[in-house]
Amino acid sequence: MNAGAGRAPAAPGKVGIVLVSHSAAVAESTARLAADLSGAPEPAPVAAAGGAHDGGVGTSSEAITTAAREVDRGAGVVVLADLGSAVLTVKTLLAEGGELPEGTRLADAPFVEGAVAAVVTASVGGDVEAVLSAAQDAYSYRKV
Amino acid sequence: MTAPASPEPAVDALFVRRWLAEAAAVVDREAVHLTELDSAIGDADHGSNMQRGFRAAAQEMEQDPAATPGAVLAGIGRILISRVGGASGPLYGTLLRRAGKALGDAEEVAPEQLREALRAGVDGVAQLGGAAQGDKTMIDALAPAVEAMGFALDKGASLVDALAAARIAAEEGAVATVPMLARKGRASYLGERSIGHQDPGATSSALLLGALADVAQDGAL
Repeated sequence: MNAGAGRAPAAPGKVGIVLVSHSAAVAESTARLAADLSGAPEPAPVAAAGGAHDGGVGTSSEAITTAAREVDRGAGVVVLADLGSAVLTVKTLLAEGGELPEGTRLADAPFVEGAVAAVVTASVGGDVEAVLSAAQDAYSYRKV
Repeated sequence: MTAPASPEPAVDALFVRRWLAEAAAVVDREAVHLTELDSAIGDADHGSNMQRGFRAAAQEMEQDPAATPGAVLAGIGRILISRVGGASGPLYGTLLRRAGKALGDAEEVAPEQLREALRAGVDGVAQLGGAAQGDKTMIDALAPAVEAMGFALDKGASLVDALAAARIAAEEGAVATVPMLARKGRASYLGERSIGHQDPGATSSALLLGALADVAQDGAL
């Protein structure tokens, strides 16, 4: 399959995933990795929102709102963010209301592991709560 | 309007625009200093991020001047959220947006309403960042400033004097972050090594309150 620039093919009715990183490369690669690892013939829609407005390292609120609208299939959108301004910008957009599609939620999750768990769960038709929970559970994948 | 008995500046849309324009000018002047502070304990972009945000804000106010103080604050808050690119964007954006919302659509507000609006803004910042006083953040300048302003107004001080008190409290609050251990933001990764440096966010917060005090002072002359 081809996730393109971090974008999976449309999958109607599935929860959309937005990956927000300070780095465009990190957001896009993580989106591709998560879609590839999902193993689903039709993965849930995933969009990357990486980097600042000017293309440098940072966060762009417009990239986030664009990405969220792009993956919204009416089943809700789950956002994963790396740290600092990425997290704060998503929280601000959620708090202000009207900026992100109805039913958008921020996952409390590690970025890469959480993204994989979220895309796998969304791809098999999990609802927003299931996707959030799967992403958060990624905190418990111990490595040693 | 400028009767000798009442030298108070009117807190209207023009007053708020003058504050934010002055803030943009001060941020411009101090950008290098803010970035220097941020290079000690952060990622060395606070000055340039603030500069980018406030330049966009100044431009917006020229092109599309909003009619009420609340609308000016809310609009500029939105610009900061979308243009700054660092954590100070959503934080200062929330400060201004919450303050703007608290002012509603009044064309002119009393000093007490401005104080309540600033308090709502500071509460919003604390909630968003999860920071309390003593964490070595913007809150260490903002919270004492709003307290000092309120204390002065309660004692019957003029807006000019209350904002002068707020400015001093903010500057003292920023300096007081030097011995603190950072508990929020990127500086917190440094642990003990964050001690001995003044917090860039608290410093820029003091600049913004200084700009507010200056504009009130000028308006009262």
